[in-house]
Amino acid sequence: MMTPKDEAELGEAVRQAKAPLAIRGGGTRLTGLAGEALSVSGLSGITLYEPGALTMVAQAGTPLAEVEAALAAENQRLAFEPMDHRGLLGTEGVPTIGGVFAANVSGPRRVQAGAARDFLLGVRYIDGMGQAIKNGGRVMKNVTGYDLVKLMAGSWGTLGVLSEVSFKVLPRPETEATLRVAVDGAAAAVRALSVALGSPFEVSGAAYDPDQGAALLRIEGFAPSVSYRAGRLSALLGASGAVELVEDAATSAALWAALRDVAPFRGQSGDVWRLSCKPSQAPELAARLKAEALLFDWGGGLIWARVPEGTDLRARAGSYDGHATLMRAAPETRARLGMFQPQPAPLAAIAAGLRAKFDPRGIFNPGLMG
Amino acid sequence: MQMPQPDASVLARKDRLVARLSQVLAPDALIHDPAETRAYECDALTAYKCAPMLAVLPRSTREVADVLRICHEEGVPVVPRGSGTSLAGGALPTADSVILGVARMNAVLETDFDNRIIRVQTGRTNLSVTGAVEEEDFFYAPDPSSQLACAIAGNIGMNSGGAHCLKYGVTTNNLMGVTLVLMDGTVLEIGGAHLDAGGLDLLGVICGSEGQLGVVTEATLRILRKPEGARPVLMGFDDSEVAGACVSDIIKAGVLPVAIEFMDRPCIRATEAFAHAGYPDCEALLIIEVEGSDPEIAHQLTLIKEIAARHDPVEFREAADADEAGRIWLGRKSAFGAMGQINDYMCLDGTIPVSSLPMVLRRIGEMSKDFGLDVANVFHAGDGNMHPLILFDANKPGDLETCEAFGAEILKLCVEAGGCLTGEHGVGVEKRDLMLHQYDPVDLEAQLTVKDVFDPAWLLNPAKVFPLQVTEARRARPLAAE
Repeated sequence: MMTPKDEAELGEAVRQAKAPLAIRGGGTRLTGLAGEALSVSGLSGITLYEPGALTMVAQAGTPLAEVEAALAAENQRLAFEPMDHRGLLGTEGVPTIGGVFAANVSGPRRVQAGAARDFLLGVRYIDGMGQAIKNGGRVMKNVTGYDLVKLMAGSWGTLGVLSEVSFKVLPRPETEATLRVAVDGAAAAVRALSVALGSPFEVSGAAYDPDQGAALLRIEGFAPSVSYRAGRLSALLGASGAVELVEDAATSAALWAALRDVAPFRGQSGDVWRLSCKPSQAPELAARLKAEALLFDWGGGLIWARVPEGTDLRARAGSYDGHATLMRAAPETRARLGMFQPQPAPLAAIAAGLRAKFDPRGIFNPGLMG
Repeated sequence: MQMPQPDASVLARKDRLVARLSQVLAPDALIHDPAETRAYECDALTAYKCAPMLAVLPRSTREVADVLRICHEEGVPVVPRGSGTSLAGGALPTADSVILGVARMNAVLETDFDNRIIRVQTGRTNLSVTGAVEEEDFFYAPDPSSQLACAIAGNIGMNSGGAHCLKYGVTTNNLMGVTLVLMDGTVLEIGGAHLDAGGLDLLGVICGSEGQLGVVTEATLRILRKPEGARPVLMGFDDSEVAGACVSDIIKAGVLPVAIEFMDRPCIRATEAFAHAGYPDCEALLIIEVEGSDPEIAHQLTLIKEIAARHDPVEFREAADADEAGRIWLGRKSAFGAMGQINDYMCLDGTIPVSSLPMVLRRIGEMSKDFGLDVANVFHAGDGNMHPLILFDANKPGDLETCEAFGAEILKLCVEAGGCLTGEHGVGVEKRDLMLHQYDPVDLEAQLTVKDVFDPAWLLNPAKVFPLQVTEARRARPLAAE
């Protein structure tokens, strides 16, 4: 595995490459890539942090834990709440901030705060020719030229190797609480979540765990405000089912960390799929999946499904507004079905055209995204 | 400011182009009389004017695709236009171009409160998107100050922001899907009612591409439930540095206002003379708005008041009712109109790290003396988006040129401070030639290759965003087949 120590060495490694490279941060989110591993873990460290401006700049290989610790010291956080894939995927290693953005990893708060890509302000990356490119910057509003920052977020290393990221952070709220609404089935759950998300009470998490038989709603903010909104939401959701309030902030936080990391699937056998869909379609879609286990987040807009090994879940899902990603499976299943949902021809042509420009030799994680 | 010479061979094909377009458009959707095409000679950057060869006003995605396909076959440049409110010249035509206006495509296609989305044709104005959902107490968050007139198409083209984006984000954070027509007439559907469109984030790069990658005809937008209430406070300071420190402390304390607006003394005086909002005559004025229920608002305002008190404000004014809240916003909302009453002005929108505010304001003050033109500053303090208004006299020979030179120096200063040339207006033609101050050639080349993929013939809005010399080889297009 190559672990260059700075951006210049990273560029040189790419320039010298004669064969496909498996691009990685901490190696916790992707497994089984062909090619020699090229890790950015040697590019590490927070280069700038201005709490009053809500911005941080860090080398791509900076451990996520280091970023989160620095933010916590100023009572701030990454509002998009990236999940830790290690438990679900059975991987080891140290998640990096570059990996978080390269995979556009967003947790339950995505419904309120936005995705990782919404917080990414600027990037530096090495393109397929080994050149260092910058785009965006470190200010929150920037429309100077094309937004390649968004393009790099969620491109899983296929367009370039991130060397530095700058991103927006937010204050950590004073406290949080969770409402647990007893519901009978996914349809009732999504209806309840939709009522809450369509309320003015700023829900920052909206999930449904069939095992608990409960729709779960998170409220964050100053203590009096959390208490007020919990009361209003309880009244609003009373018709949906019995409402229980989890007032203890630590208990609430642990509950959402488990949802974020899909903890119920940990150690369970089978393939794991992640579907993005229109929330109101989620109950019917989920039924078609005939999954062994399900977990719903984002008000129903995100479905985690555990199915027997080798299942072609996309065939079961049929047609819907959204897409399915194969998150955990044996290499032969992944090779057969592909991690990412194939796109319609005109979109696939644009994506292929972009990859050919950014990585003309086709050496960055080839085949991963098409 | 230079634009490419019109292509004589394109101008010579005007009659044939009109004949072909008339086969796919209704007669009233095709404007080719020079007396009428003049209506499209500029957008809100009125210093530059050039009538297009033709203007078309299609009514459907199908018609847009037909127009683009024909123009592509004929090798004719196309300049997309929403409502023509661009301050950067994004919709400025060339004499050999076709203006493609989406203004007649303004339908609401779907409102879906369960999934919290609205789907519209992009000629619809920003404010009328909210208008379509406000009966259910929902709203569309991005609120550029031209929101009464500006179209969603232009908002997507420029990735427009607004006063409330500190909390709600800009257009790209509220855009979930688009129907995009490529220059060759191909229609793409990207994203939709689900979060995070599949594959590469094409939505992200299309938003803010200034009409250079395709024409967006339909959009799926996120709508939000209106907060229970909102209330502004006004505070005045004797020192802009202190005002900046106050903003920083409020943010650090964990309060996230929905808007933080800043005005300096020249701006306060001009708006006061115009709007009589009762603003204090001081060095720096902040308007901070928070949202929630009455008790939640009261709690946040108590915290803000405590923090402000540590910075010794010369004035702290709370709004007791809607009328007082309106008066607090009155001056800010009339700032641009007030400036327009007393002078011609140029409005820039460079963004800086908020920590650089005192230095940047001081330098702008020094430059104002050097150039001999007054500047009033009003800006979104929470996110560092400056709006210096340079005052000049359009009737005085040389004043516009001096103003532009001054503006360019301010924008270079923003970049030096760690910021950028434009936070929400876009590059257009106005800041095109400054792009090499922000980016190295290799950085621009990466952006150009994106256009190569979407629009290989470089026919869509080709003379914008990038310095002309940088794009010259790409714009030297072959003649269309005879």
